[in-house]
Amino acid sequence: MAEAALRVEGLSKAFGGLVASDRVSLDLRAGEIHALIGPNGAGKSTLIGQIAGWIRPDAGRVLLAGRDVTRLSPARRARLGLGRTFQVSTLALPLSARRNAMIGALARAGGAWGFVRPLMRERALTEAADAALARVGLAARADTPAAELSHGERRRLELACALAGAPRALLLDEPLAGMGPEGAAQMTELLDALRREVPILLVEHDMDAVFRLADRITVLAMGRVIAHGPPAAIRADAAVRATYLGQDDQPEAADV
Amino acid sequence: MAEDARDTRATLALLAALAAAAAGAHALGEPFYVNMAARVAILAMAAAGLNLALGFGGMVSFGHAAFFGLGGYAAGVAAWHAANQIPLASWPVLVPGTDRMIVVWAAAAATGGLAALLIGALSLRTSGVQFIMITLAFAQMFYYFAISWPAYGGEDGLPIYLRNGIEGLDVYDPFTFFAICFVWLAATLAGTARIMRARFGAALTMARLSEARLASAGVDPFPVRLTAFALSGAVTAVAGALNADLNGFVGPSALSWKMSGELMAFVILGGVGRLGGPVAGAAAFVLLEHFLGAATERWVLVFGALLLGVTLFARGGLLGLLAGRARHG
Repeated sequence: MAEAALRVEGLSKAFGGLVASDRVSLDLRAGEIHALIGPNGAGKSTLIGQIAGWIRPDAGRVLLAGRDVTRLSPARRARLGLGRTFQVSTLALPLSARRNAMIGALARAGGAWGFVRPLMRERALTEAADAALARVGLAARADTPAAELSHGERRRLELACALAGAPRALLLDEPLAGMGPEGAAQMTELLDALRREVPILLVEHDMDAVFRLADRITVLAMGRVIAHGPPAAIRADAAVRATYLGQDDQPEAADV
Repeated sequence: MAEDARDTRATLALLAALAAAAAGAHALGEPFYVNMAARVAILAMAAAGLNLALGFGGMVSFGHAAFFGLGGYAAGVAAWHAANQIPLASWPVLVPGTDRMIVVWAAAAATGGLAALLIGALSLRTSGVQFIMITLAFAQMFYYFAISWPAYGGEDGLPIYLRNGIEGLDVYDPFTFFAICFVWLAATLAGTARIMRARFGAALTMARLSEARLASAGVDPFPVRLTAFALSGAVTAVAGALNADLNGFVGPSALSWKMSGELMAFVILGGVGRLGGPVAGAAAFVLLEHFLGAATERWVLVFGALLLGVTLFARGGLLGLLAGRARHG
Protein backbone atom coordinates (compact mmCIF):
# COMPACT_ATOMS: atom_id res chain seq x y z
CA MET A 1 0.00 0.00 0.00
CA ALA A 2 1.23 3.45 -0.85
CA GLU A 3 2.44 5.66 1.99
CA ALA A 4 -0.09 8.30 3.05
CA ALA A 5 0.74 11.83 1.85
CA LEU A 6 0.24 12.99 5.41
CA ARG A 7 -0.19 11.03 8.59
CA VAL A 8 -0.88 12.26 12.10
CA GLU A 9 -0.31 9.81 14.95
CA GLY A 10 -1.57 10.41 18.46
CA LEU A 11 -1.07 14.19 18.47
CA SER A 12 -1.72 15.70 21.87
CA LYS A 13 -1.48 19.29 22.97
CA ALA A 14 -2.66 20.96 26.14
CA PHE A 15 -2.61 24.67 26.93
CA GLY A 16 -2.55 24.75 30.70
CA GLY A 17 -5.56 22.71 31.73
CA LEU A 18 -7.22 22.95 28.33
CA VAL A 19 -6.71 19.86 26.19
CA ALA A 20 -6.75 21.14 22.60
CA SER A 21 -5.68 17.90 20.96
CA ASP A 22 -6.24 14.56 22.58
CA ARG A 23 -4.42 11.69 20.85
CA VAL A 24 -5.61 12.69 17.38
CA SER A 25 -4.75 10.36 14.53
CA LEU A 26 -5.69 10.72 10.91
CA ASP A 27 -4.20 10.33 7.48
CA LEU A 28 -4.47 11.89 4.06
CA ARG A 29 -4.22 9.67 1.01
CA ALA A 30 -3.45 10.45 -2.58
CA GLY A 31 -6.40 11.71 -4.60
CA GLU A 32 -8.69 12.50 -1.69
CA ILE A 33 -10.22 15.38 0.16
CA HIS A 34 -10.27 14.63 3.84
CA ALA A 35 -12.49 17.06 5.72
CA LEU A 36 -11.86 17.98 9.33
CA ILE A 37 -14.96 19.34 11.01
CA GLY A 38 -16.11 20.11 14.50
CA PRO A 39 -17.78 22.86 16.50
CA ASN A 40 -15.91 26.04 17.40
CA GLY A 41 -13.26 25.28 19.97
CA ALA A 42 -13.00 21.64 18.92
CA GLY A 43 -9.29 22.05 18.34
CA LYS A 44 -9.19 22.20 14.54
CA SER A 45 -6.90 25.20 14.37
CA THR A 46 -4.54 23.79 16.99
CA LEU A 47 -4.35 20.58 15.03
CA ILE A 48 -3.63 22.40 11.77
CA GLY A 49 -1.01 24.46 13.62
CA GLN A 50 0.72 21.32 14.79
CA ILE A 51 0.62 19.71 11.38
CA ALA A 52 2.07 22.81 9.73
CA GLY A 53 4.70 23.24 12.44
CA TRP A 54 3.65 26.45 14.19
CA ILE A 55 2.64 24.66 17.37
CA ARG A 56 4.82 21.98 18.94
CA PRO A 57 2.78 18.97 20.10
CA ASP A 58 3.21 17.53 23.59
CA ALA A 59 3.11 14.03 22.15
CA GLY A 60 2.56 12.26 18.86
CA ARG A 61 4.04 12.46 15.39
CA VAL A 62 3.43 14.12 12.05
CA LEU A 63 4.61 12.23 8.99
CA LEU A 64 4.87 13.73 5.54
CA ALA A 65 5.03 11.01 2.88
CA GLY A 66 6.37 8.68 5.56
CA ARG A 67 8.97 11.07 6.88
CA ASP A 68 8.77 12.22 10.48
CA VAL A 69 8.58 16.02 10.42
CA THR A 70 7.36 16.52 14.00
CA ARG A 71 10.39 18.55 15.02
CA LEU A 72 10.86 20.50 11.79
CA SER A 73 10.08 24.20 11.28
CA PRO A 74 7.10 25.32 9.17
CA ALA A 75 9.50 26.32 6.38
CA ARG A 76 11.21 22.91 6.35
CA ARG A 77 7.85 21.18 6.17
CA ALA A 78 6.82 23.46 3.33
CA ARG A 79 10.01 22.56 1.47
CA LEU A 80 9.15 18.89 1.97
CA GLY A 81 5.86 19.45 0.17
CA LEU A 82 3.33 20.67 2.73
CA GLY A 83 1.32 23.58 1.35
CA ARG A 84 -1.24 25.52 3.32
CA THR A 85 -3.64 28.40 3.39
CA PHE A 86 -4.67 30.29 6.50
CA GLN A 87 -8.02 31.01 8.02
CA VAL A 88 -7.09 34.70 8.13
CA SER A 89 -5.51 36.00 4.95
CA THR A 90 -1.72 36.19 4.93
CA LEU A 91 -1.38 37.83 1.53
CA ALA A 92 0.95 40.76 1.10
CA LEU A 93 -1.76 43.26 0.22
CA PRO A 94 0.40 45.94 -1.46
CA LEU A 95 1.95 43.40 -3.83
CA SER A 96 0.44 42.17 -7.07
CA ALA A 97 -1.23 38.78 -7.28
CA ARG A 98 1.73 37.55 -9.33
CA ARG A 99 4.29 38.73 -6.78
CA ASN A 100 2.37 36.97 -4.03
CA ALA A 101 2.23 33.75 -6.02
CA MET A 102 5.91 34.01 -6.96
CA ILE A 103 6.85 33.95 -3.29
CA GLY A 104 4.94 30.70 -3.09
CA ALA A 105 7.29 29.21 -5.68
CA LEU A 106 10.47 30.69 -4.20
CA ALA A 107 11.66 27.70 -2.18
CA ARG A 108 10.84 25.16 -4.85
CA ALA A 109 12.64 27.15 -7.52
CA GLY A 110 15.94 27.77 -5.76
CA GLY A 111 15.27 29.63 -2.52
CA ALA A 112 15.72 33.20 -1.35
CA TRP A 113 19.45 33.57 -1.94
CA GLY A 114 19.51 35.52 -5.16
CA PHE A 115 20.89 39.02 -4.94
CA VAL A 116 21.38 40.07 -8.54
CA ARG A 117 18.92 38.84 -11.12
CA PRO A 118 15.62 40.74 -11.10
CA LEU A 119 12.71 38.66 -9.86
CA MET A 120 10.61 39.44 -12.90
CA ARG A 121 13.25 37.83 -15.11
CA GLU A 122 13.26 34.63 -13.08
CA ARG A 123 11.41 32.45 -15.57
CA ALA A 124 10.98 29.52 -13.18
CA LEU A 125 9.23 31.82 -10.70
CA THR A 126 7.05 33.76 -13.10
CA GLU A 127 5.97 30.59 -14.87
CA ALA A 128 5.12 28.76 -11.65
CA ALA A 129 3.20 31.80 -10.43
CA ASP A 130 1.29 32.30 -13.66
CA ALA A 131 0.41 28.62 -13.86
CA ALA A 132 -0.91 28.71 -10.29
CA LEU A 133 -2.88 31.88 -10.97
CA ALA A 134 -4.39 30.33 -14.09
CA ARG A 135 -5.26 27.22 -12.08
CA VAL A 136 -7.44 29.26 -9.70
CA GLY A 137 -8.86 31.48 -12.43
CA LEU A 138 -6.90 34.63 -11.63
CA ALA A 139 -4.74 34.85 -14.75
CA ALA A 140 -6.40 38.10 -15.76
CA ARG A 141 -5.75 39.63 -12.33
CA ALA A 142 -2.03 38.82 -12.18
CA ASP A 143 -0.90 42.46 -12.09
CA THR A 144 -3.58 43.64 -9.67
CA PRO A 145 -2.45 44.39 -6.11
CA ALA A 146 -3.91 41.88 -3.68
CA ALA A 147 -5.52 44.79 -1.85
CA GLU A 148 -7.71 45.50 -4.87
CA LEU A 149 -8.98 41.93 -5.26
CA SER A 150 -12.41 40.91 -4.03
CA HIS A 151 -12.65 38.69 -0.96
CA GLY A 152 -13.33 35.62 -3.07
CA GLU A 153 -10.41 36.40 -5.35
CA ARG A 154 -8.12 36.78 -2.35
CA ARG A 155 -9.11 33.37 -1.04
CA ARG A 156 -8.29 31.93 -4.43
CA LEU A 157 -4.99 33.82 -4.51
CA GLU A 158 -4.11 32.26 -1.14
CA LEU A 159 -4.71 28.91 -2.76
CA ALA A 160 -2.58 29.90 -5.76
CA CYS A 161 0.29 30.86 -3.43
CA ALA A 162 0.15 27.39 -1.92
CA LEU A 163 -0.14 25.71 -5.33
CA ALA A 164 2.85 27.63 -6.72
CA GLY A 165 5.01 25.64 -4.34
CA ALA A 166 3.89 22.39 -5.99
CA PRO A 167 2.78 20.84 -2.69
CA ARG A 168 2.33 17.12 -2.20
CA ALA A 169 -0.23 17.67 0.54
CA LEU A 170 -2.41 20.69 1.10
CA LEU A 171 -3.88 22.05 4.34
CA LEU A 172 -6.77 24.41 3.69
CA ASP A 173 -8.08 26.27 6.72
CA GLU A 174 -11.63 27.44 5.94
CA PRO A 175 -11.08 28.40 2.31
CA LEU A 176 -14.79 29.23 1.95
CA ALA A 177 -15.01 31.50 5.00
CA GLY A 178 -16.85 34.73 4.32
CA MET A 179 -17.68 33.87 0.73
CA GLY A 180 -21.02 34.48 -0.92
CA PRO A 181 -22.88 31.60 -2.57
CA GLU A 182 -21.29 32.28 -5.95
CA GLY A 183 -17.74 32.41 -4.64
CA ALA A 184 -18.33 29.33 -2.52
CA ALA A 185 -19.62 27.39 -5.53
CA GLN A 186 -16.60 28.48 -7.56
CA MET A 187 -14.15 27.45 -4.83
CA THR A 188 -15.96 24.14 -4.30
CA GLU A 189 -15.65 23.34 -7.97
CA LEU A 190 -11.99 24.27 -7.92
CA LEU A 191 -11.20 22.05 -4.94
CA ASP A 192 -13.21 19.22 -6.41
CA ALA A 193 -10.93 19.14 -9.44
CA LEU A 194 -7.79 19.85 -7.45
CA ARG A 195 -7.86 16.65 -5.41
CA ARG A 196 -6.60 14.72 -8.40
CA GLU A 197 -3.41 16.79 -8.33
CA VAL A 198 -2.83 17.07 -4.62
CA PRO A 199 -4.62 15.54 -1.63
CA ILE A 200 -6.36 18.08 0.57
CA LEU A 201 -6.95 18.20 4.32
CA LEU A 202 -9.89 20.57 4.48
CA VAL A 203 -11.07 22.44 7.54
CA GLU A 204 -14.41 23.99 6.70
CA HIS A 205 -17.60 25.16 8.37
CA ASP A 206 -19.73 25.13 5.21
CA MET A 207 -21.39 21.73 5.59
CA ASP A 208 -22.87 21.70 2.10
CA ALA A 209 -19.37 22.03 0.67
CA VAL A 210 -17.91 19.50 3.10
CA PHE A 211 -20.46 16.82 2.26
CA ARG A 212 -20.14 17.55 -1.44
CA LEU A 213 -16.36 17.43 -1.48
CA ALA A 214 -15.12 15.09 1.19
CA ASP A 215 -14.11 11.52 0.49
CA ARG A 216 -13.70 11.04 4.21
CA ILE A 217 -14.60 13.13 7.20
CA THR A 218 -13.01 13.30 10.64
CA VAL A 219 -15.10 14.93 13.35
CA LEU A 220 -13.33 16.61 16.21
CA ALA A 221 -14.91 17.63 19.53
CA MET A 222 -13.09 18.79 22.64
CA GLY A 223 -9.83 17.94 20.94
CA ARG A 224 -10.76 14.34 20.36
CA VAL A 225 -11.77 12.43 17.22
CA ILE A 226 -15.37 11.42 17.86
CA ALA A 227 -16.11 10.03 14.44
CA HIS A 228 -14.33 9.21 11.24
CA GLY A 229 -15.58 7.80 7.95
CA PRO A 230 -17.20 8.50 4.61
CA PRO A 231 -19.78 11.33 4.50
CA ALA A 232 -22.81 9.03 4.56
CA ALA A 233 -21.61 7.33 7.74
CA ILE A 234 -20.83 10.67 9.40
CA ARG A 235 -24.28 11.99 8.52
CA ALA A 236 -25.84 8.94 10.17
CA ASP A 237 -23.58 8.95 13.24
CA ALA A 238 -25.55 9.56 16.40
CA ALA A 239 -22.69 11.07 18.37
CA VAL A 240 -21.95 13.52 15.59
CA ARG A 241 -25.59 14.51 15.29
CA ALA A 242 -25.79 15.12 19.00
CA THR A 243 -22.68 17.25 19.35
CA TYR A 244 -22.61 19.04 16.08
CA LEU A 245 -24.75 18.47 13.06
CA GLY A 246 -27.96 18.09 15.00
CA GLN A 247 -27.79 21.61 16.33
CA ASP A 248 -29.24 22.99 13.14
CA ASP A 249 -32.14 20.77 12.24
CA GLN A 250 -33.01 19.44 15.69
CA PRO A 251 -33.40 22.48 17.89
CA GLU A 252 -34.90 20.36 20.69
CA ALA A 253 -31.61 18.44 21.00
CA ALA A 254 -29.90 21.60 22.15
CA ASP A 255 -32.30 21.87 25.05
CA VAL A 256 -31.45 18.47 26.46
CA MET B 1 6.50 48.78 -11.00
CA ALA B 2 5.64 52.36 -11.88
CA GLU B 3 6.26 53.42 -8.27
CA ASP B 4 9.67 51.85 -8.47
CA ALA B 5 10.50 53.88 -11.55
CA ARG B 6 9.31 57.10 -9.90
CA ASP B 7 11.38 56.32 -6.80
CA THR B 8 14.42 55.72 -8.96
CA ARG B 9 13.93 59.00 -10.82
CA ALA B 10 13.52 60.99 -7.61
CA THR B 11 16.60 59.30 -6.16
CA LEU B 12 18.68 60.07 -9.23
CA ALA B 13 17.49 63.68 -9.12
CA LEU B 14 18.57 63.96 -5.47
CA LEU B 15 21.99 62.48 -6.22
CA ALA B 16 22.41 64.83 -9.19
CA ALA B 17 21.51 67.80 -7.00
CA LEU B 18 24.02 66.73 -4.35
CA ALA B 19 26.79 66.28 -6.93
CA ALA B 20 25.93 69.59 -8.57
CA ALA B 21 25.99 71.40 -5.21
CA ALA B 22 29.43 69.97 -4.40
CA ALA B 23 30.78 70.74 -7.88
CA GLY B 24 29.37 74.26 -7.72
CA ALA B 25 30.91 74.92 -4.32
CA HIS B 26 34.19 73.49 -5.55
CA ALA B 27 34.13 75.73 -8.63
CA LEU B 28 33.40 78.77 -6.47
CA GLY B 29 36.29 77.87 -4.19
CA GLU B 30 34.12 77.10 -1.17
CA PRO B 31 35.67 73.98 0.41
CA PHE B 32 33.43 74.39 3.45
CA TYR B 33 30.36 73.64 1.40
CA VAL B 34 32.11 70.79 -0.42
CA ASN B 35 32.77 69.23 2.97
CA MET B 36 29.15 69.82 3.88
CA ALA B 37 28.09 67.90 0.77
CA ALA B 38 30.47 65.10 1.78
CA ARG B 39 28.81 65.04 5.18
CA VAL B 40 25.39 64.75 3.53
CA ALA B 41 26.65 61.85 1.40
CA ILE B 42 28.11 60.08 4.44
CA LEU B 43 25.06 60.50 6.65
CA ALA B 44 22.82 59.51 3.74
CA MET B 45 24.87 56.36 3.25
CA ALA B 46 24.69 55.51 6.94
CA ALA B 47 20.93 56.03 6.87
CA ALA B 48 20.66 54.04 3.63
CA GLY B 49 22.26 51.17 5.54
CA LEU B 50 19.64 51.57 8.26
CA ASN B 51 16.89 51.82 5.63
CA LEU B 52 17.73 48.32 4.44
CA ALA B 53 16.88 46.99 7.91
CA LEU B 54 14.23 49.47 9.01
CA GLY B 55 12.53 50.34 5.75
CA PHE B 56 12.85 47.32 3.52
CA GLY B 57 13.11 44.70 6.25
CA GLY B 58 10.75 46.21 8.83
CA MET B 59 13.38 45.82 11.57
CA VAL B 60 13.17 49.04 13.58
CA SER B 61 16.72 49.27 14.87
CA PHE B 62 17.40 51.97 17.43
CA GLY B 63 21.03 50.89 17.67
CA HIS B 64 22.62 51.63 14.33
CA ALA B 65 25.02 54.06 15.97
CA ALA B 66 26.83 50.92 17.13
CA PHE B 67 27.75 50.13 13.53
CA PHE B 68 28.40 53.75 12.58
CA GLY B 69 30.71 54.11 15.55
CA LEU B 70 32.41 50.75 15.05
CA GLY B 71 33.21 51.74 11.47
CA GLY B 72 34.56 55.03 12.73
CA TYR B 73 36.71 53.35 15.34
CA ALA B 74 37.93 50.82 12.75
CA ALA B 75 39.27 53.77 10.74
CA GLY B 76 40.60 55.57 13.79
CA VAL B 77 42.26 52.58 15.40
CA ALA B 78 43.87 51.41 12.16
CA ALA B 79 45.21 54.91 11.52
CA TRP B 80 46.44 55.29 15.12
CA HIS B 81 48.40 52.05 14.90
CA ALA B 82 49.84 53.03 11.53
CA ALA B 83 50.82 56.49 12.75
CA ASN B 84 52.46 55.15 15.91
CA GLN B 85 53.89 52.12 14.14
CA ILE B 86 52.46 49.80 16.75
CA PRO B 87 51.04 46.60 15.31
CA LEU B 88 47.32 45.98 15.85
CA ALA B 89 48.09 42.43 16.85
CA SER B 90 51.26 40.43 17.10
CA TRP B 91 49.75 36.99 17.61
CA PRO B 92 49.01 34.61 15.90
CA VAL B 93 50.06 36.74 12.96
CA LEU B 94 51.46 40.20 12.88
CA VAL B 95 48.71 42.66 11.93
CA PRO B 96 50.09 46.13 11.33
CA GLY B 97 47.96 49.26 11.43
CA THR B 98 47.03 50.75 8.10
CA ASP B 99 46.43 54.14 6.59
CA ARG B 100 44.99 52.80 3.35
CA MET B 101 41.32 53.61 2.93
CA ILE B 102 40.47 50.45 1.04
CA VAL B 103 41.78 48.26 3.86
CA VAL B 104 40.05 50.49 6.40
CA TRP B 105 36.73 50.15 4.55
CA ALA B 106 37.06 46.38 4.43
CA ALA B 107 37.83 46.33 8.13
CA ALA B 108 34.92 48.64 8.90
CA ALA B 109 32.50 46.58 6.80
CA ALA B 110 33.69 43.34 8.41
CA THR B 111 33.48 44.78 11.93
CA GLY B 112 30.06 46.33 11.38
CA GLY B 113 28.72 43.30 9.55
CA LEU B 114 29.95 40.90 12.20
CA ALA B 115 28.59 43.03 15.03
CA ALA B 116 25.24 43.24 13.24
CA LEU B 117 25.29 39.50 12.74
CA LEU B 118 25.78 38.94 16.47
CA ILE B 119 23.34 41.62 17.60
CA GLY B 120 20.82 40.49 15.00
CA ALA B 121 21.14 36.82 15.93
CA LEU B 122 20.18 37.71 19.49
CA SER B 123 17.66 40.49 18.97
CA LEU B 124 15.81 39.28 15.86
CA ARG B 125 14.14 36.66 18.03
CA THR B 126 12.03 39.54 19.27
CA SER B 127 10.03 42.15 17.40
CA GLY B 128 8.28 45.45 17.93
CA VAL B 129 9.18 47.49 20.98
CA GLN B 130 11.38 44.74 22.41
CA PHE B 131 13.51 44.75 19.28
CA ILE B 132 13.86 48.53 19.47
CA MET B 133 14.94 48.37 23.10
CA ILE B 134 17.37 45.48 22.63
CA THR B 135 19.14 47.14 19.71
CA LEU B 136 19.35 50.33 21.78
CA ALA B 137 20.80 48.37 24.69
CA PHE B 138 23.48 46.78 22.51
CA ALA B 139 24.47 50.16 21.08
CA GLN B 140 24.71 51.60 24.60
CA MET B 141 27.03 48.74 25.55
CA PHE B 142 29.40 49.73 22.75
CA TYR B 143 29.10 53.36 23.79
CA TYR B 144 30.07 52.73 27.41
CA PHE B 145 32.79 50.35 26.33
CA ALA B 146 34.34 53.08 24.15
CA ILE B 147 34.09 55.62 26.96
CA SER B 148 35.77 53.37 29.49
CA TRP B 149 38.57 52.05 27.30
CA PRO B 150 41.45 54.51 27.66
CA ALA B 151 43.70 52.87 25.05
CA TYR B 152 41.83 54.61 22.22
CA GLY B 153 41.02 57.92 23.83
CA GLY B 154 38.15 56.85 26.05
CA GLU B 155 35.76 59.70 26.61
CA ASP B 156 37.93 62.13 24.62
CA GLY B 157 37.82 60.10 21.44
CA LEU B 158 40.55 59.36 19.00
CA PRO B 159 41.99 61.94 16.63
CA ILE B 160 43.08 60.86 13.16
CA TYR B 161 46.01 63.19 12.44
CA LEU B 162 46.59 61.94 8.92
CA ARG B 163 43.56 61.14 6.80
CA ASN B 164 43.65 57.58 5.47
CA GLY B 165 44.53 57.58 1.80
CA ILE B 166 44.08 55.91 -1.54
CA GLU B 167 47.02 55.58 -3.88
CA GLY B 168 46.79 58.01 -6.74
CA LEU B 169 44.18 60.26 -5.11
CA ASP B 170 44.65 63.45 -3.16
CA VAL B 171 42.20 62.72 -0.38
CA TYR B 172 42.90 66.09 1.22
CA ASP B 173 41.28 67.78 -1.74
CA PRO B 174 37.72 68.29 -0.43
CA PHE B 175 36.15 67.60 -3.79
CA THR B 176 38.08 64.35 -4.22
CA PHE B 177 37.00 63.26 -0.76
CA PHE B 178 33.42 64.23 -1.58
CA ALA B 179 33.63 62.19 -4.77
CA ILE B 180 34.76 59.14 -2.79
CA CYS B 181 31.82 59.50 -0.40
CA PHE B 182 29.44 60.15 -3.27
CA VAL B 183 30.53 57.01 -5.12
CA TRP B 184 29.97 55.01 -1.93
CA LEU B 185 26.49 56.49 -1.52
CA ALA B 186 25.56 55.86 -5.14
CA ALA B 187 26.91 52.31 -4.97
CA THR B 188 24.94 51.68 -1.78
CA LEU B 189 21.71 52.89 -3.35
CA ALA B 190 22.32 51.00 -6.59
CA GLY B 191 23.14 47.85 -4.63
CA THR B 192 20.05 48.24 -2.49
CA ALA B 193 17.84 48.70 -5.55
CA ARG B 194 19.40 45.66 -7.17
CA ILE B 195 19.01 43.42 -4.14
CA MET B 196 15.46 44.54 -3.51
CA ARG B 197 14.47 43.65 -7.06
CA ALA B 198 15.99 40.17 -6.77
CA ARG B 199 14.83 37.06 -4.91
CA PHE B 200 16.37 38.17 -1.66
CA GLY B 201 14.51 41.47 -1.74
CA ALA B 202 11.26 39.69 -2.50
CA ALA B 203 11.80 37.39 0.48
CA LEU B 204 12.77 40.30 2.74
CA THR B 205 9.68 42.24 1.66
CA MET B 206 7.53 39.21 2.38
CA ALA B 207 9.20 38.75 5.77
CA ARG B 208 8.07 42.30 6.55
CA LEU B 209 4.57 42.06 5.08
CA SER B 210 3.60 38.49 5.88
CA GLU B 211 6.01 36.30 7.77
CA ALA B 212 3.59 33.38 7.94
CA ARG B 213 3.16 33.36 4.16
CA LEU B 214 6.92 33.35 3.62
CA ALA B 215 7.48 30.46 6.03
CA SER B 216 4.60 28.55 4.47
CA ALA B 217 6.31 28.97 1.12
CA GLY B 218 9.31 27.15 2.54
CA VAL B 219 11.57 30.13 3.24
CA ASP B 220 12.70 30.68 6.82
CA PRO B 221 12.26 34.40 7.58
CA PHE B 222 14.99 34.51 10.23
CA PRO B 223 18.12 34.00 8.07
CA VAL B 224 16.71 36.39 5.46
CA ARG B 225 16.23 39.10 8.09
CA LEU B 226 19.57 38.38 9.70
CA THR B 227 21.40 38.69 6.38
CA ALA B 228 19.69 42.00 5.66
CA PHE B 229 20.57 43.22 9.15
CA ALA B 230 24.23 42.25 8.71
CA LEU B 231 24.40 43.97 5.31
CA SER B 232 22.75 46.98 6.86
CA GLY B 233 25.33 47.08 9.66
CA ALA B 234 28.22 46.73 7.22
CA VAL B 235 27.01 49.63 5.05
CA THR B 236 26.48 51.90 8.05
CA ALA B 237 29.94 50.97 9.34
CA VAL B 238 31.65 51.98 6.09
CA ALA B 239 29.83 55.31 6.32
CA GLY B 240 31.15 55.59 9.86
CA ALA B 241 34.72 55.06 8.61
CA LEU B 242 34.24 57.78 5.99
CA ASN B 243 32.85 60.08 8.66
CA ALA B 244 35.90 59.54 10.86
CA ASP B 245 38.16 60.44 7.94
CA LEU B 246 36.07 63.49 7.09
CA ASN B 247 36.27 64.83 10.64
CA GLY B 248 39.77 63.56 11.39
CA PHE B 249 38.28 62.28 14.59
CA VAL B 250 36.16 59.53 16.03
CA GLY B 251 34.67 59.61 19.49
CA PRO B 252 32.05 57.91 21.61
CA SER B 253 29.42 60.35 20.32
CA ALA B 254 29.41 58.35 17.06
CA LEU B 255 28.15 55.42 19.15
CA SER B 256 25.59 57.37 21.15
CA TRP B 257 21.85 56.78 21.09
CA LYS B 258 21.47 60.30 19.74
CA MET B 259 23.31 59.16 16.60
CA SER B 260 20.97 56.15 16.32
CA GLY B 261 18.03 58.49 16.66
CA GLU B 262 19.34 60.84 14.00
CA LEU B 263 19.85 58.01 11.52
CA MET B 264 16.33 56.87 12.25
CA ALA B 265 15.04 60.40 11.76
CA PHE B 266 16.76 60.64 8.35
CA VAL B 267 15.08 57.43 7.24
CA ILE B 268 11.66 58.42 8.54
CA LEU B 269 11.85 61.99 7.27
CA GLY B 270 13.09 60.85 3.87
CA GLY B 271 10.55 58.06 3.56
CA VAL B 272 10.68 54.63 5.17
CA GLY B 273 11.69 52.00 2.64
CA ARG B 274 12.07 54.57 -0.14
CA LEU B 275 15.31 54.18 -2.03
CA GLY B 276 16.42 57.82 -1.99
CA GLY B 277 14.70 58.62 1.31
CA PRO B 278 17.92 58.68 3.36
CA VAL B 279 19.45 61.20 0.94
CA ALA B 280 16.49 63.53 1.31
CA GLY B 281 16.42 63.08 5.08
CA ALA B 282 20.16 63.60 5.62
CA ALA B 283 20.24 66.60 3.26
CA ALA B 284 17.32 68.25 5.04
CA PHE B 285 19.03 67.71 8.40
CA VAL B 286 22.41 69.07 7.36
CA LEU B 287 20.90 72.06 5.55
CA LEU B 288 18.68 72.98 8.49
CA GLU B 289 21.53 72.47 10.93
CA HIS B 290 23.75 74.85 8.99
CA PHE B 291 21.42 77.57 7.80
CA LEU B 292 18.91 77.56 10.63
CA GLY B 293 21.52 76.64 13.22
CA ALA B 294 23.30 79.87 12.38
CA ALA B 295 20.19 81.82 13.33
CA THR B 296 19.04 79.89 16.39
CA GLU B 297 20.24 77.17 18.70
CA ARG B 298 16.73 75.83 18.68
CA TRP B 299 16.87 74.69 15.07
CA VAL B 300 16.34 71.11 16.22
CA LEU B 301 12.85 72.21 17.19
CA VAL B 302 12.20 73.09 13.55
CA PHE B 303 13.66 69.77 12.44
CA GLY B 304 11.36 68.04 14.91
CA ALA B 305 8.35 69.92 13.61
CA LEU B 306 9.31 69.02 10.04
CA LEU B 307 9.66 65.36 11.02
CA LEU B 308 6.29 65.46 12.73
CA GLY B 309 4.61 67.16 9.81
CA VAL B 310 6.03 64.74 7.26
CA THR B 311 5.14 61.69 9.37
CA LEU B 312 1.60 62.90 9.87
CA PHE B 313 0.77 64.31 6.47
CA ALA B 314 3.14 62.78 3.92
CA ARG B 315 3.23 59.06 4.41
CA GLY B 316 5.93 58.46 1.84
CA GLY B 317 8.22 60.97 3.51
CA LEU B 318 10.10 63.64 1.59
CA LEU B 319 10.83 61.17 -1.19
CA GLY B 320 7.14 60.40 -1.41
CA LEU B 321 6.50 64.11 -1.95
CA LEU B 322 9.19 64.21 -4.62
CA ALA B 323 8.21 61.00 -6.38
CA GLY B 324 4.49 61.41 -5.91
CA ARG B 325 2.15 58.73 -4.60
CA ALA B 326 2.72 56.20 -1.89
CA ARG B 327 4.87 53.19 -2.46
CA HIS B 328 3.26 49.82 -3.02
CA GLY B 329 5.14 47.16 -1.13
